[in-house]
Amino acid sequence: MTETSVAKNLLRDLAPQVLGVIARKHGDFAAAEDAVQEALIAASVQWPAAGIPANPKGWLYQVAIRKLTDYARSEAARRKREENAAAEMFRGDPFVPPRDSEIGIDEDDTLVLLFMCCHPALTSSSAIALTLRALGGLTTAEIGSAFLVPEATMAQRISRAKLNIKSSNIPFSMPTDAEKAGRLSAVLHVLYLIFNEGYTTSNGSELNRPDLSNEAIRLTRSVRQLLPGNAEVAGLLALMLLTDARRTARIGEFGELIPLDEQNRELWDRKLIAEGIAIVSGALSSGAIGSYQIQAAIAAVHDEAGRVEDTDWSQIATLYGLLERESDNSMVSLNKAIAVAMVSGPMAGLELIDKLDSDPRIGGHYRLDAVRGHLFEKAGDHAGAVKHYRAAAERTRSAPERDYLQARAARLTP
Amino acid sequence: MKYILMMNTPRGTGDYEINNWSPEDFKNHIAFLHRYNSELKEAGEWVGAEGLAPPSEARLVRARKDGTPATDGVFPESKEFLAGYWIIDVDSPERAYELAAKASAAPGPGDTPLNMAIEVRPIMSGPLPTEG
Repeated sequence: MTETSVAKNLLRDLAPQVLGVIARKHGDFAAAEDAVQEALIAASVQWPAAGIPANPKGWLYQVAIRKLTDYARSEAARRKREENAAAEMFRGDPFVPPRDSEIGIDEDDTLVLLFMCCHPALTSSSAIALTLRALGGLTTAEIGSAFLVPEATMAQRISRAKLNIKSSNIPFSMPTDAEKAGRLSAVLHVLYLIFNEGYTTSNGSELNRPDLSNEAIRLTRSVRQLLPGNAEVAGLLALMLLTDARRTARIGEFGELIPLDEQNRELWDRKLIAEGIAIVSGALSSGAIGSYQIQAAIAAVHDEAGRVEDTDWSQIATLYGLLERESDNSMVSLNKAIAVAMVSGPMAGLELIDKLDSDPRIGGHYRLDAVRGHLFEKAGDHAGAVKHYRAAAERTRSAPERDYLQARAARLTP
Repeated sequence: MKYILMMNTPRGTGDYEINNWSPEDFKNHIAFLHRYNSELKEAGEWVGAEGLAPPSEARLVRARKDGTPATDGVFPESKEFLAGYWIIDVDSPERAYELAAKASAAPGPGDTPLNMAIEVRPIMSGPLPTEG
């Protein structure tokens, strides 16, 4: 690793700790967040050149506190028109970063920070942006480039999120026990969305674009360290690892989508799979069952099959049944129909899908047609398969998926 | 999710009709677009926007057999013409439609809303990990 990337990784680990303690002591989260961001930028310029300071946490803390003080002073100066007096006050202030023990870092601060950035009062797009900056230590420019929007737009989302926190009087404190479960699920949802975004924008390889899936995994790992006993946190981390393990196998040479049953399983990352399976097994044995754990368990069953024909579909069908009861999500019912088709034949799956037509949440969705295409193909009805593949290809919003569906239809056209 | 909002205006004589509006109406319209753009930026929904030169400046280009460009000076008949577009990043399709309706009601001559057609199209992205 180069000096620059060592400094960068260290900075990103320290960022939420330093912000947490300053936000708690200072009370003004928005101002603290700006100050820490400035300190990070200063460090990313100075550390690679001058070397990492002996106590990096104290360095960041000190610089951020100075930025805050500068800011408060210049505000006061503007109000009182005492610019000269204020400038005088800066002189001779020695720069002595405090030792870690003097800062009073509390692990809970990072958790509070996370609850704050993922507060349900924020829209998901602003919660995502704020989480990546405040907890992920990414710069606004990096977040903008990850989502392919201009830096100014991302800056605006972040400042609106902070304004929203301020105006909703969201305090910098741990949620009550009664609130905690709901607030944690909001946090996990934001992390899940960040992970998904990494996948949906994974076509093409833009330079300097941070990898959102890796970032989501990193953040979820740190949440797991803070809440080691929580089975849903473990479930989400396992789900991410077990999905990410297939990353290279999922996209072909030209950015085309390769579905699970056609992937070269040699390309799957065995290390990630082993880690994911160990985590989800531990979580499931703890007793409490949640939707991330079940999704992780499903991903694990797929990942355990060395060949596609070894897939234990009856176990997957059972797990989707459990998930259906847990989350009442029609996309889950569709996935269950696929598993049932694999166990009991395509007609059984098609029957279940027909029932979904009248569900307003999913009726008319292109995924119904995509799955019907597969099941008709399996049943040997090529004309029916082509019709549904094409109907799905016309409506999907994903370019690789459209190409895949069209190729599928073309293969069956005489 | 990202959308493109395409502002379709009547083709008219081959030039933008706005050029024949009174200076007052023209100014109102442009001021509206400025406000609209800054609102998009403030909301953190702005990705980009461009206005396009008038139809009279448009050329249809096709490759000849040897690959060199053949330009067609006469623009083919079409009732409507793309005048410009916005690319936005919003939380829901409803929000995209709301923003399109707002642009559609941009003021025209005599401050009357133009209610022009704004074509809203989702921009393609990759599929979700849970879908493959």
